[in-house]
Amino acid sequence: MGELLKITELRTAAENKEILHGVSLTVNEGETHVIMGPNGAGKSTLGAAIMGSPEYSVTGGTISFLGENITSEAPDKRAKRGIFLSFQNPVEIPGITLSSFLRSAYEQITGERIKLFAFKKLLNSAMEVLQMDAEYADRELNVGFSGGEKKKAEILQLLVLKPKLAILDETDSGLDVDAVKTVSAGIKAYKEQTGGSLLIITHNTKILEALSVDRTHVIADGRIAAEGGAELIDEISANGFEKFI
Amino acid sequence: MKEKTQVADINRSLYDFRYDEDESSFLNSGITPEIIREISAEKGDPEWMTEFRLHSLEIFGRMKMPEWGPSIEGLDLDNIVAYIRPKKRMQTDWSDVPDDVRETFEKLGIPQAERESLAGVGAQYDSELVYHNVRKEVAESGVVYTDLESAMHDDRYAEIIRSHFMKLVPPTDHKFAALHGAVWSGGSFVYVPKGVKLEIPLQSYFRLNARGAGQFEHTLIIVEDDAYLHFIEGCSAPKYYEASLHAGCVELYVGNNSTLRYSTIENWSKNMYNLNTKRAAVGENAKVEWVSGSFGSHISYLYPMSILNGRGARAEFTGITFAGEGQNLDTGAKIVHNAPDTSSYMNTRSISKSGGISTFRSSVVINGNAVGSKSAVSCESLMLDSKSRSDTIPTMVVKTDKADVGHEARIGRISDEAVFYLMSRGLDENSAKALIVSGFAENVSKELPLEYAVEMNNLINIEMKGSIG
Repeated sequence: MGELLKITELRTAAENKEILHGVSLTVNEGETHVIMGPNGAGKSTLGAAIMGSPEYSVTGGTISFLGENITSEAPDKRAKRGIFLSFQNPVEIPGITLSSFLRSAYEQITGERIKLFAFKKLLNSAMEVLQMDAEYADRELNVGFSGGEKKKAEILQLLVLKPKLAILDETDSGLDVDAVKTVSAGIKAYKEQTGGSLLIITHNTKILEALSVDRTHVIADGRIAAEGGAELIDEISANGFEKFI
Repeated sequence: MKEKTQVADINRSLYDFRYDEDESSFLNSGITPEIIREISAEKGDPEWMTEFRLHSLEIFGRMKMPEWGPSIEGLDLDNIVAYIRPKKRMQTDWSDVPDDVRETFEKLGIPQAERESLAGVGAQYDSELVYHNVRKEVAESGVVYTDLESAMHDDRYAEIIRSHFMKLVPPTDHKFAALHGAVWSGGSFVYVPKGVKLEIPLQSYFRLNARGAGQFEHTLIIVEDDAYLHFIEGCSAPKYYEASLHAGCVELYVGNNSTLRYSTIENWSKNMYNLNTKRAAVGENAKVEWVSGSFGSHISYLYPMSILNGRGARAEFTGITFAGEGQNLDTGAKIVHNAPDTSSYMNTRSISKSGGISTFRSSVVINGNAVGSKSAVSCESLMLDSKSRSDTIPTMVVKTDKADVGHEARIGRISDEAVFYLMSRGLDENSAKALIVSGFAENVSKELPLEYAVEMNNLINIEMKGSIG
């Protein structure tokens, strides 16, 4: 398995305040990694920085993807390389339907046109996995969606866009038990269909039950505080983060 | 959506191409009694019209320039050519229209639209109509669609024009209404008889080609009871350095139980002062629907007004304004509720970028007799950068406590978070912003006739490409 994502000594700042103080981590092709840590530790910042969010400036270190340095690349270029970020708070875009937006994104990322009929088929099969009502396809992107619906719509995009690396930022937060199950099934389907890698930022271990985790990273105060295998998740579930702070 | 965000860059030359003018066809510039008499003689006005023009000129001289809106100091009326003699009289066959004029309209897609989706077309080039035609079956239904000049000389319509012309918008209304009364030329006269429902639209296109000139067309539409009409108006001009002036006037009479839909896409060049007046009188259970897209011009003052005179009359105004660099577009709508159980709805979007200013003014008056009336106003503005400005100026005067009025305004900026979200899905920055703007406009653009909606999205794309990167 080759190296997919390699982050070296990454430092990021927002409004002149440093948030990540030198984070290193490597995700290989096909691996599933989990990032845990207390609130405000910098987990979401790490996810956003990998995607190239303009909210954070990189003040040191590098991000490489498949051996190429992408540290200062625009988010759309990263998306075309195969990086996907499921947002914790997906943005509402009025006037654009989920379906037409996703078709446009699909064409941008694959660089190929897709006929409407072929796309509908692709979209419908992904919606079935997530038990989404077909009418969502024609609703305005995230507008008036409940928290759970927004998260499902993110996973729907993951299933359609089939990235090489999916970063899931608290995809399970605010979901009821049934919705967590559905979203988990979607993530599992992505894994099975594409063999892609996952970087899952979470507080909750429920979403991980159906997945086999290769590596766990604990982030506290902008640094990697601990690393280990899947067993680390159980330890945190039992004892919390106290010992890492 | 692909069509909306990824349309190949259309060349601005679609609007900017121009043909040289034979300046001997220009009357002298300026607005004087001599010029007015000359225009009137050129046009062969009936006597009452010559007097009407001179009377309007007198009013024009007395009235002050508007002092409440965008500055029009750059407009020197002494330098405006009010009338340009046409090379040829109005034709009913495109092949009889002079070549350069016909080519202009072909580039704008007018003859093609006529063949495909219109019941009739009028085309004005500078001061006069060069072409007017309606489909045979439409003419047979009794619908009249011609230029005002021809109608004024036709015994069947002369009286109807005399009794309606500038009665809704009198020359005393404001200074540019007075100017219009003095120098008006061209435009359309439409008459839809009782009970006739015209399913496909009529369209007039106004093109101002000449440098430093004015266009003053007058549109008079009379829809009798139980009828339906959709009228489309388009306007454009090539860019010059000298100021141009458009002071048109639209008067609409909507009979009982009738509907008139009036759609406009205005794309004047950015040296144009667009000081236009539009007004509708709406009868019992009748409805006027305004759809208005304002993209061009340097300065615009445009506030279509609906006067709801009959019980149960309705007005709907759907508008979008896009102000770019060097543009100050002051648009809006006015509604007067003048009868019981009337209702009105205004829904607008305004976009400003690169230092453009867009101001939305709404005025709703509910008179004491308009009991049981309803009015809702919703306007949203989007500023694409910190240099641009957007203002909303609503006024409401409600003279009865038995009315239901609501107003909702939202002003926002394009959010970095939304741009990042779309870029994380593979859209580049321009496409992401164009998509947000198209989405913002969608609610309004879906009301436009199809080819105009496509044109509007093209315009958004051109504007967006110009502003970023």
